Amino acid sequence: MALLTCKDVTLGYEGMVVTENVNFSIKHGDYLCIVGENGSGKSTLMKTILKLVNPLKGEIITGDGLKQKEIGYLPQQTMVQRDFPASVSEIVLSGYLNRCGLRPFYTKGEKRLAEDNMRKMDILDLKDQCYRELSGGQQQRVLLARALCAAKKMILLDEPVSGLDPKVAREMYELIYKLNKEDGITVVMISHDINEAVRYADKILHIGSNSPLFFGDTRDYVKSGIADSFIRTKEAE
Amino acid sequence: MAELFDKLYTYFQFPFVRYAVIVAVLVSLCASMLGVILVLKRFSFIGDGLSHVAFGAMAIAAVTGLTNNMLIVMPVTVICAILILCTGQNSKIKGDASIAIISVSSLALGYLLYNVFSTSSNVSGDVCSTLFGASSILTLKQSDVWISIVMSVVVIVLFIFFYNKIFSVTFDENFACATGTSAKLYNLIVAVITAVIIVLAMNLVGSLLISALIIFPSLSAMRVFNTFKSVTVCAVINSVVCTSVGMIISILAETPVGATIVAVDAVVFIIYTAVGRIAGHKK
Repeated sequence: MALLTCKDVTLGYEGMVVTENVNFSIKHGDYLCIVGENGSGKSTLMKTILKLVNPLKGEIITGDGLKQKEIGYLPQQTMVQRDFPASVSEIVLSGYLNRCGLRPFYTKGEKRLAEDNMRKMDILDLKDQCYRELSGGQQQRVLLARALCAAKKMILLDEPVSGLDPKVAREMYELIYKLNKEDGITVVMISHDINEAVRYADKILHIGSNSPLFFGDTRDYVKSGIADSFIRTKEAE
Repeated sequence: MAELFDKLYTYFQFPFVRYAVIVAVLVSLCASMLGVILVLKRFSFIGDGLSHVAFGAMAIAAVTGLTNNMLIVMPVTVICAILILCTGQNSKIKGDASIAIISVSSLALGYLLYNVFSTSSNVSGDVCSTLFGASSILTLKQSDVWISIVMSVVVIVLFIFFYNKIFSVTFDENFACATGTSAKLYNLIVAVITAVIIVLAMNLVGSLLISALIIFPSLSAMRVFNTFKSVTVCAVINSVVCTSVGMIISILAETPVGATIVAVDAVVFIIYTAVGRIAGHKK
């Protein structure tokens, strides 16, 4: 059974349609990359999956025992976060909030698990450092560790490498790839960079200006030639 | 020196002085706790905005001749706080603009009402004391003290109980929502207690200086400390110390209470900034 299914979904906000007829499904262990132009509704799709925005039409079904609040999310950075006085461990721990319910504080077990996730992201030595003093790449690792705390099976990443230099971006991609292959976590990622998307993802969803152009295996996507113009322009640069 | 202590001792014999000190410390403690969140949410000016709303509401209460003006002031301020804080990032009018709109309109309306309808002979005196707090802190009744104590305890308990949730919602609203924390609910809680604290604090420093109680302690703490917990704790300590010192100075030197407290806060802020700079250079 599919972990997540999008059925005839129309995306938009405040009544404005952004994209129509989005159909796709993700199985356990998939690595899906969502690509498309600016304003094509990639971020809106992600927010719709997370139930932050309601779809105008259609439905999004979670299956295979995936609970809505167990989807880990790595949002784009906001202005507020850039100078937020918080230590790395405080932020990573906040990923466990969905397990707390009315309990006001975190348990010892949760603190230990948070440390495991920080170790996995190679930021355990930064544990007591202040978030605003970290580099862009380190900040993304912190947010990824937090997403891992919240997630059991699936993480959604909204342009995880934007603003990072190429070397750090590559490390980030490798890290995400490792999570997918070694830890079996399903990954859904928005990316601007089609070259990297094709390199790492098993599946591609390409959203055009008002409807999806492609959904399927990466191999078929490359063959279909939809991405050619993008890849070629990249090489021409 | 002994003379000063004698003077202080004599003053503390009066119950109204003791009440004033208790209320001032409690209210500023709560204001500083909220301040950490409000500053980080980029709502530093909400204190100004809401206290102007409260000023407008007080004018209505004065004109209509209500004996207990809390009946009007509290609900009106709470509603405006919800309007400002809960519209979120997606509304057409952004946070700072909505604060400005609401605050200047109520200030204008309040002053108009005072001028046109007021029965009092000393309009500018009334207005001035509402704006700067003047002497009302020294005329507190025992019931006012109890209200302040109860409110403060409620705020402190709520804050501790929801501490982790409030942190998460302030740091990243989208993430909190996505993982099933109701950001709306916690924004609402913050809005309501902000309004309550501001109305209580108006007696203390008046509506023009109230922002200082909210922002100074946490801004000072943020110069030096790096974790959310240490910033919150430090802000609370700052504000309690500054308010106590400010009260004592104002009693001894017979200066206006509100302005003195804010001046102490400002001095402490400068000290923290300097300490932060020096500590930063060492790294």
